Amino acid sequence: MLLQAKDIHKSFGESRILKGVDLSLDEGKVLVMIGPSGSGKTTLLRSLNLLELPEQGTLEINGIHADFGKRLSKKEVREIRIQSAMVFQAHNLFPHKTVLENVIEGPVIVQKVLKNQAIDEARKILDDVGLFDYQNQYPFQLSGGQQQRVGIARAVALKPKLLLFDEPTSALDPELVADVLKVMRDLAANGWTMVIVTHELKFAQEVADEVVFIDQGVILEKGNPDQLFQHPKHERTRRFLSRILQRV
Amino acid sequence: MAPFVLGEITIDWPLAFHSFWPILQGGLIYTIPLAIISFIFGLALAMLMALLRLSKVNVAQGAARVYISIIRGTPLLVQLAIIFYGLPDLGIEVSPFVGAVVALSMNVGGYAAETIRASILSVPQGQWEAGYTLGMNDAQVMCRIILPQAARVSVPPLSNTFISLVKDTSLASTITVTELFRRAQEITATSYDFLLLYSEAALVYWIFCFILSMIQGHIENRLDRYVARH
Repeated sequence: MLLQAKDIHKSFGESRILKGVDLSLDEGKVLVMIGPSGSGKTTLLRSLNLLELPEQGTLEINGIHADFGKRLSKKEVREIRIQSAMVFQAHNLFPHKTVLENVIEGPVIVQKVLKNQAIDEARKILDDVGLFDYQNQYPFQLSGGQQQRVGIARAVALKPKLLLFDEPTSALDPELVADVLKVMRDLAANGWTMVIVTHELKFAQEVADEVVFIDQGVILEKGNPDQLFQHPKHERTRRFLSRILQRV
Repeated sequence: MAPFVLGEITIDWPLAFHSFWPILQGGLIYTIPLAIISFIFGLALAMLMALLRLSKVNVAQGAARVYISIIRGTPLLVQLAIIFYGLPDLGIEVSPFVGAVVALSMNVGGYAAETIRASILSVPQGQWEAGYTLGMNDAQVMCRIILPQAARVSVPPLSNTFISLVKDTSLASTITVTELFRRAQEITATSYDFLLLYSEAALVYWIFCFILSMIQGHIENRLDRYVARH
């Protein structure tokens, strides 16, 4: 088991966002999290690399263990955080760095990879996401879809055990979504372990090994995509799916 | 009928010519070095104060608040007087130039602290998160991700601070630093041509500030290379 989260609780002030969530994932598998807005799915994803610090529960990634009942030191936080890499909805690229500089920043500065080696690897990754020719551009010179693919390249360059995606296509124009999803499909096919929050059900159906439906801070239902999409057990799951599908 | 005469303006050209160099020289060897050295120390102090204000430690925040409040709430002229004429009572004596550097640096430290704090806060939270997810620690995110972006935002207001500082150095004349303005004063002591000499001093300050504005524009252009031009 590469990822194991148990009994995760998280509140923001008075409102309880996560009310005891369990999650687990084997290496090389793809987990898709769906659910209405405000359900807690993004908070859960962000809890997996400690951008949110849960108040209760345990998390284990790649054998590194964290118990949220105790106060974690910065070193412990960092130790578990570097097991995964995050692709943000708003990409959060560094605007003052070129595409190539964005991608090598983590390897060179954090992982102390030699710069030349990091550049070679970054160019290869940029080639994989179709942006080799854009390596010396600044993020503002790219389209939204290209920016998001740089975001993916930046995450992949860290060679993490786990890739996290927070609604990577939600902020994009519809015609740019396909390029980003293609890159993610390639990653899944290459054996990356991924946790994805998305509303792209067709994509989820194709790449997910497991889908969880999160509602009101709990995992209401989980299963393989066929089970969950074709034969949802809960009324709320059914209603959510029909609303999403009507939108298309 | 005789014309109504407001006043006769006669320019003493030889005096204008001979006084220009000493005034400019006062600017080059005192005003500008004083401004540059004070700005560098002042920025370092401002950075420290901004970080204290942003820290989560109450005592540190409070200390920075008090410092900024005192500097902004008292005249620079009085601060200079305390340092140069007051501190010797405590046995602390400094040369006029050093006294001016200390007072001006402390002043810049107080004013620029809020500028730097605001420009750090202007960088979106997502930039911190992106840095953290790469595995960076606080210092790495601050130095490599946040400050370069904050620098771009802070160039216009900090340029204002620097240009004000160049002009504020004239107050150092009160503690006997023979900078630009004091040179002009010294010449008026024998020539009594106040309008001419103080106008000359004003002209030299204006030339300095004009050049600085051009440098500011150049720096802004350089730092803007990674943002879309509208």
